[in-house]
Amino acid sequence: MKIRVSLLLILLLVVVLVGWVLLPWQGALVLAALLAVWLAATRAGRRALSVAGVGISTLGQRLGASAVIVVGIAGVVGVLVAMLAMAEGYAETLRRTGSADSALVLRGASDAEVTSGLDRDSVVQIAQTPGIARDAKGEPLASPEVIVAANLPIKGGLADEEGSVQLRGVGPQAWAVRPQVRIVEGRRFTPGLRELIVGRGAVRQFAGLVPGHEIRLGSQMWMVAGVFASGDALESEIWADADIVAQTYERGSSRNSVTVRLADPNGFAAFKRALEANPQLKIEAMTTLDYFSKQSEGTTAVIRVIGIVVGAIMAVGAMFGALNTMFAAVAARAREIATLRAIGFAGLPVVVAILLETMLLALLGGILGGALAWLLFNGYAASTMAAGSVGKLSFELHVTAAVLWQGLKWALAIGFIGGLFPAARAATMPVTTALREL
Amino acid sequence: MKYLHLIWASLFRRKTRTILTLVSIVAAFLLFGLLDAVRTSFAEAGQSANGAQRLQTGSRLSFIQLLPQSLQARIAQVPGVKIVTYANWFGGAYQDPHNQVFSFAVAPNYLDVYPEMAVSDAERKTFDATRTGALVGEGLAQRFHWKVGDRIPMQSTIFPDRSGSKNWTFDVSGIIHSTDKKASGFFDQLLLLHWTYFDETTPYNRGQVGWYVTRVSDVNQADRVAKAIDALSANSDHETRTLTEQAATAAWMKQLADIGLIVSSIMGAVFFTLMLLAGNTMMQAVRERTGELAVLKTIGFTSTSVLAMVLVESVLLLVLGGVLGIALAEPLIPLISHASRGMLSLAPVGIGSWALGGALMLGIGVLVGALPAWSAMRLNIVDALARR
Repeated sequence: MKIRVSLLLILLLVVVLVGWVLLPWQGALVLAALLAVWLAATRAGRRALSVAGVGISTLGQRLGASAVIVVGIAGVVGVLVAMLAMAEGYAETLRRTGSADSALVLRGASDAEVTSGLDRDSVVQIAQTPGIARDAKGEPLASPEVIVAANLPIKGGLADEEGSVQLRGVGPQAWAVRPQVRIVEGRRFTPGLRELIVGRGAVRQFAGLVPGHEIRLGSQMWMVAGVFASGDALESEIWADADIVAQTYERGSSRNSVTVRLADPNGFAAFKRALEANPQLKIEAMTTLDYFSKQSEGTTAVIRVIGIVVGAIMAVGAMFGALNTMFAAVAARAREIATLRAIGFAGLPVVVAILLETMLLALLGGILGGALAWLLFNGYAASTMAAGSVGKLSFELHVTAAVLWQGLKWALAIGFIGGLFPAARAATMPVTTALREL
Repeated sequence: MKYLHLIWASLFRRKTRTILTLVSIVAAFLLFGLLDAVRTSFAEAGQSANGAQRLQTGSRLSFIQLLPQSLQARIAQVPGVKIVTYANWFGGAYQDPHNQVFSFAVAPNYLDVYPEMAVSDAERKTFDATRTGALVGEGLAQRFHWKVGDRIPMQSTIFPDRSGSKNWTFDVSGIIHSTDKKASGFFDQLLLLHWTYFDETTPYNRGQVGWYVTRVSDVNQADRVAKAIDALSANSDHETRTLTEQAATAAWMKQLADIGLIVSSIMGAVFFTLMLLAGNTMMQAVRERTGELAVLKTIGFTSTSVLAMVLVESVLLLVLGGVLGIALAEPLIPLISHASRGMLSLAPVGIGSWALGGALMLGIGVLVGALPAWSAMRLNIVDALARR
């Protein structure tokens, strides 16, 4: 009998958990509504509610034990939400960098700007391809760009500590191709001079990036002309005139990539066909949205997996803590529960009441953990070497509603498991034994 | 010591509660073992005895900037330099661009600088004689089922050959066996090809090298040698920056992420929760035993020995769970390193982790037991026996 109950419980648990993982928030809302209707409208439901009421009203007397559930689950949710927010912030920063109405053209078989290379002929031919938007003077909005890396001293680091920043040499049309870039301090660099503008994210990470000051890259001195903001991954870069960068870094007339603004926001397919129809070009073209979304995939997945693994191990700990507390709570109320059953209460209201109590505590823990993670980490600045780039990418952790919902789902799942087994014990314990127990 | 069985019996007085608490402690220390392995392998990367003798020289400008090959002869003449070699990043991938392989195009004497990589004499000879030869790590060979003598197609994610194709072919001439267990995850997944073949095949390299590795004859002279190497190219258009292998690796790791901060924040959250949980268990245990403790005191146990017994009980609880947890982490760590395919080569749980873990067990045990032990010590026999 006992073994059969346990096996049934475990089977039920697996089914419930799988369903729970797949459930969107609308589904959870419907479930909660159904539960509320059942509790209010049926006799068994009202009984469960009154039993739960007794349990919940005595929570205050078991403050320490109840806190184990709340704090344990808050810890799990806090760590999980922080890690997922990191993955989210990283992916979002890169995704925002791209748009569907601009395209990036690389050398054939290249998957990153740094490893691509286009000769002068290709650059000219790409800029002449139909489908590119043109400015008032009829010039195509295409920016041939050079990507190199530069070492700069890290802000607040040791005397000799240097980090890598991506230096992008841009063409004269770069401002029209990327309208999100705006100067927030100083001015644009002057084409033809050894001048730079620096992104806000780069300023945050590296020392000496002050407008009006000179910085040393390798053996050359560059003048910092201004600071720019764009709210995306470009902010972690420093920009200069493509011709000057190419000359300084011995790139000649070759460029890494060409970024273009499309004449028609839905015109990418036509633009790509036109490029591919040109037999002189061997290129790879994609919308910048596709490019940056793809760049973020690997790292995002790694951060997410780490968060879930760490969260899962912590969840095991919290789950057993909850089991412990609830077993103790059920044992303390064994007589009371047995009395209820002796006067005719069925098992179901008792089980539901104990589950409700545990999941209420779990929900509290989930909200606490989520709120803490939001307070501490939302907008927290982090940085890492970004895949497909040669500089440090600075990004902010972003606690989104989806991430918080994920955390709450975990909290409720832990609460469900932590309450189920003690509830089953309370409902199946022989009434006579329980009544005799002290 | 003579009270041990008494303490043991009281610990397992309520089996369910103690076992549930133990599982939570095991989970916490399992996580500690894993995260501490991550932290130490990041913190100690490049800190081997062999690594201490090696200097890495790269372009001062940035890590993607190349250096002229002519620098080799000049570095070799710096006093204190035993041997100097060079390599280029090849950026290889097998079959699918996602199957990235750590692959370097290296000078003929590259292996002489890395005693961590053992290659049999016969295979070394074949490699030296084969223009398109490649040496592959043991783990890598296993992963893709390569054998000595196989012709393997590789893509470079960076370098095309003269016809513009990024497909390269290599002959597997030998297998690299790693002799350093700590760093084996890296050498195990490495592929080495000839720099000359690389340079002649791709039009984009033009006789340049990515970085130089120098072995110094005296470790204490390493700083002086590094400065002398950098002085060679000072004020030229290819200035260099020379660091010890340890400093270079540490700088690189730091750019990836502030691992120390992440690990300590997670562990902070874990242990805070754990203290509350174990503390609650101990409080319950002492509250339940009020009567028994009073009896102990009645028959002559001093207040201090009751205090000590409760403290020892809570420390024992933590130590049991903690040792089990870290022991569980031990077999998991190599599995994780293996699954990450050389991206992450975690150090096995070392003395340092055990010591830190042990200190945590004792510390948390005492902290958690303090309050219940105090109340057990202050217990008034008459009140307790009367259950007031």
